[in-house]
Amino acid sequence: MADLFAQSDDDEALLDRFQRAAFAYFLEQFDPGTGLVADTSRPNAPASIAVVGFALSCYPVGVARGWMSRPDAVARVLTTLRFFQNSPQNEHPDAAGYNGFYYHFLDRQTGLRTWNSEVSVIDTTLLLAGMLTASTYFDAGTPAEREIRDLADALYCRVDWRWACGDELTARQGWKPEGGFLHYGWDGYDEAIILYVLALASPTHPLPPNSYDRWTETYQWENIYGLEFLFAGPLFIHQFSQAWIDFAGIQDRFMREKGSDYFENTQRATRVQREYACRNPFGFEGYGKDCWGITASQGPGPTTQKIDGRERRFLGYAARGVPYGPDDGTIGPCGTLASLPFAPELTLSALRHLCARYPEMICDSKLPGGFNPTRPGQSATGWVSDRYFGLDQGIVVLMIENYRSRMIWNLMRQCPYIGNGLRCAGFTGGWLK
Amino acid sequence: MIAFAAQHFAPPRGEAPTDGPHEDRYRRALIDAAHPSGWRNPIPPDKYNLVVIGAGPGGLTAAREAAALGAKVALIERTLLGGGRLNVGCVPSKALIRTARLYAEMRDAENVGGQVPGSIGIDFRTVMQRMHRIQARLSRADSAERLTEAGVDVYFGEARFASSDTVAVGGVLLHFKKAIIATGARPLIPTIPGISACGFLTNENVFDLTECPQRLLVMGGGPLGCEMAQAFCRFGAHVIIAQDEPMFLPREERDAAQILADCLARDGVEVHLNTAVVGVRIEGARKVVDLDSGGETFSVSVDQIASGIGRAPNVEDLNLETAGVAYDTASGIGVDDFLRTSNPRIYAAGDVCLEYKFTHAAVASARIAVRNALFPGGKGWSGLTIPWCTYSDPEIAHVGLYVREAQQKGIPVRTFTILMHDVDRAVTDGEEDGFVKIHVRQGTDRILGATVVARHAGEMINGLSLAISSGIGLRALARVVHTYPTQAEAIKMVADAYNRTRLTPTLRSLSRRWIARN
Repeated sequence: MADLFAQSDDDEALLDRFQRAAFAYFLEQFDPGTGLVADTSRPNAPASIAVVGFALSCYPVGVARGWMSRPDAVARVLTTLRFFQNSPQNEHPDAAGYNGFYYHFLDRQTGLRTWNSEVSVIDTTLLLAGMLTASTYFDAGTPAEREIRDLADALYCRVDWRWACGDELTARQGWKPEGGFLHYGWDGYDEAIILYVLALASPTHPLPPNSYDRWTETYQWENIYGLEFLFAGPLFIHQFSQAWIDFAGIQDRFMREKGSDYFENTQRATRVQREYACRNPFGFEGYGKDCWGITASQGPGPTTQKIDGRERRFLGYAARGVPYGPDDGTIGPCGTLASLPFAPELTLSALRHLCARYPEMICDSKLPGGFNPTRPGQSATGWVSDRYFGLDQGIVVLMIENYRSRMIWNLMRQCPYIGNGLRCAGFTGGWLK
Repeated sequence: MIAFAAQHFAPPRGEAPTDGPHEDRYRRALIDAAHPSGWRNPIPPDKYNLVVIGAGPGGLTAAREAAALGAKVALIERTLLGGGRLNVGCVPSKALIRTARLYAEMRDAENVGGQVPGSIGIDFRTVMQRMHRIQARLSRADSAERLTEAGVDVYFGEARFASSDTVAVGGVLLHFKKAIIATGARPLIPTIPGISACGFLTNENVFDLTECPQRLLVMGGGPLGCEMAQAFCRFGAHVIIAQDEPMFLPREERDAAQILADCLARDGVEVHLNTAVVGVRIEGARKVVDLDSGGETFSVSVDQIASGIGRAPNVEDLNLETAGVAYDTASGIGVDDFLRTSNPRIYAAGDVCLEYKFTHAAVASARIAVRNALFPGGKGWSGLTIPWCTYSDPEIAHVGLYVREAQQKGIPVRTFTILMHDVDRAVTDGEEDGFVKIHVRQGTDRILGATVVARHAGEMINGLSLAISSGIGLRALARVVHTYPTQAEAIKMVADAYNRTRLTPTLRSLSRRWIARN
């Protein structure tokens, strides 16, 4: 249970163990009938299409690392893509998707909408990112790998991005058959860069070229704790698009104006996270230079509890962020570890600290969906999430891989849709030259 | 902030008020000042230099300023002098908010090292009595008697234009050289099935409550809705707030709205964002409200429903067509930058013509309207810097441009932020929620706008408003010595943060070399 070997491992061995443990999630939670992958390890959890996107991106890592065979990976990818190709796409509430997009949560066995979820634009984007990763990696001339490439391309081209704007210039967050478009879009910097990149590059139904600029008008460049960066509170926002796209050295209009790039921005955002934890303004247990990572995670709530004379309000699953909150003392350790390519020294130091200070939290080198030392639990670690989240495990696999070998970044440079989308969004320089 | 007709609290239009069964002495004192019984309207002169319609903040300011300048002025009010600010707006609401804050502080006493002996009981009647006492006290400054002493002819009654230069009130005709319309605005009535039959509260009748509702649903997460929700929650009501947007205060920066949402939830308000009220019905003694959140419907049962969904200008019943004054029932009276209407003799001020419906905006616009009406050489409205504040806890105040507005204009922006949890006085006060953000034009120290979220943000924003309107940049602000420890020191800390960015690596290197040599 405890990660007793963390202190003796060298960095490479330590990361290999955690990466492989995270990768195992996708093998364990894979449904052989549909290829869908569970949102969390909770029994009977539905599939999340975004988690499927991460799974499709992780299989190439598994093959490259020798954790699964290529034929096994190809078979899993094909099962998944065939399911999406054949699943019902219509405006009825019990379909799998509409206009090329998919419902956020699908029943793992039937593949149909569940939890009354929305047709999700960003989660479909992450699914497509996974499809394109797999189709770029599986480049052999075999019929199976050719089918992967054909299916991924067809599924990507089927997506009607223009529809996803509703009557607005920028993409909406989602649509429900019961109420139409969710009446809000993307406001401020968030994980949607990859959405715009894929949407602008579509050869069939692209977003208008100026939609990206319209979105970036909502950005806010802030100096917080003496660090200047494009602000977003939760750590995952600074990470998700960069799981696939290497943003180092390439700039859009906004970043040219600021003399920075999104890679450097995430470096700064990571330092802001650490600085916030050091200042620990609300006096949460454990926060410090090696205990940070405030992001979308599962917490002990919803509940309130008086602890040491102080009323504490705990949230359940929430997009936590700094410095404006919400913050209830919950750390998302996968967010911490996913900071590896941007702040290797800080991240490795934090990982070793978590292993040493909170060994009960780590089971078989796998990081849970959140822990909260402020809320008393069964050990000094405090409260620990009882489940693993596919998004967490996916970002850990991809970011460790990008740190170790740059594999996903280099792979996606070869995907023409990524390059074209970046150029359409106004990115120049670096590897785009 | 709010100017509208005091229907519930006021006598019938044009009539002197009479004491109702629940009126206490403070109410009577207020009415004695704001609409004295037995008041006789003056006998009008041949012509007034200025006739002002509406005695809210804008109208009172216009009448007093014009009289002070030597003009012959008439002021017409259909109900109570003071307008919404005094009777159904800022004054009563801030009085309630003060008491609500006290209760919140008592509950939070342990966090600041204190103890409250025994349980905390709430006597809502005492709360409301204090509010009425404050209204009565503040009404004295602009009583009918005081205005008359200041040289203003006060008329009570319904004003209707009879021509382009005459207005009728109380059976007489007032001739004017110039007129200012300052009739304010009133709450928008929600168009939700069943709501009229069930009845609902707005700021026009919420201050007449004699009992705190046990369960209250607040429609709308704008300033009024948030203030009401938090105050009644702190008085012990179970408050549910439904906001048909992804965040509260949609105009404000999302970080400010995020902090407010957290604070409301921490107080115990049941928050429903992205949720619309779609129907209301009565079941037994309760009101059942149907809510829709992205296609999912559910119902809540409450004692009272409060609406804070916006305001509509008071343009009806003035016979504006006869006066040749163009208007729109949604946006109000149309004015140019000099606050002149389509009739060059007639100006407008305050909520009836402005997008920003604040008391201080009404007062500022009234001053401009008076100046432009009485003297040559017009002064424009658009040149003013207007701050505003939502009096939630923490307060949320803003002045100038938002980042989005600046970027839409093609202005590159840098934002400098200091968190209140880094301000010593905020820490010692236990008031650490919030921030000061100042937006400057990139490459300069010119302040474009600022947002303050803090316990006393409404006080703090004024310094930034002064800086913007006077052209004072962050470099100059950094040179201003601020008292320590104060929460307003956060503004100086922002300026210092800006100054630190001026120390480039080159300058730092030069500095080191200079120090090493000397």
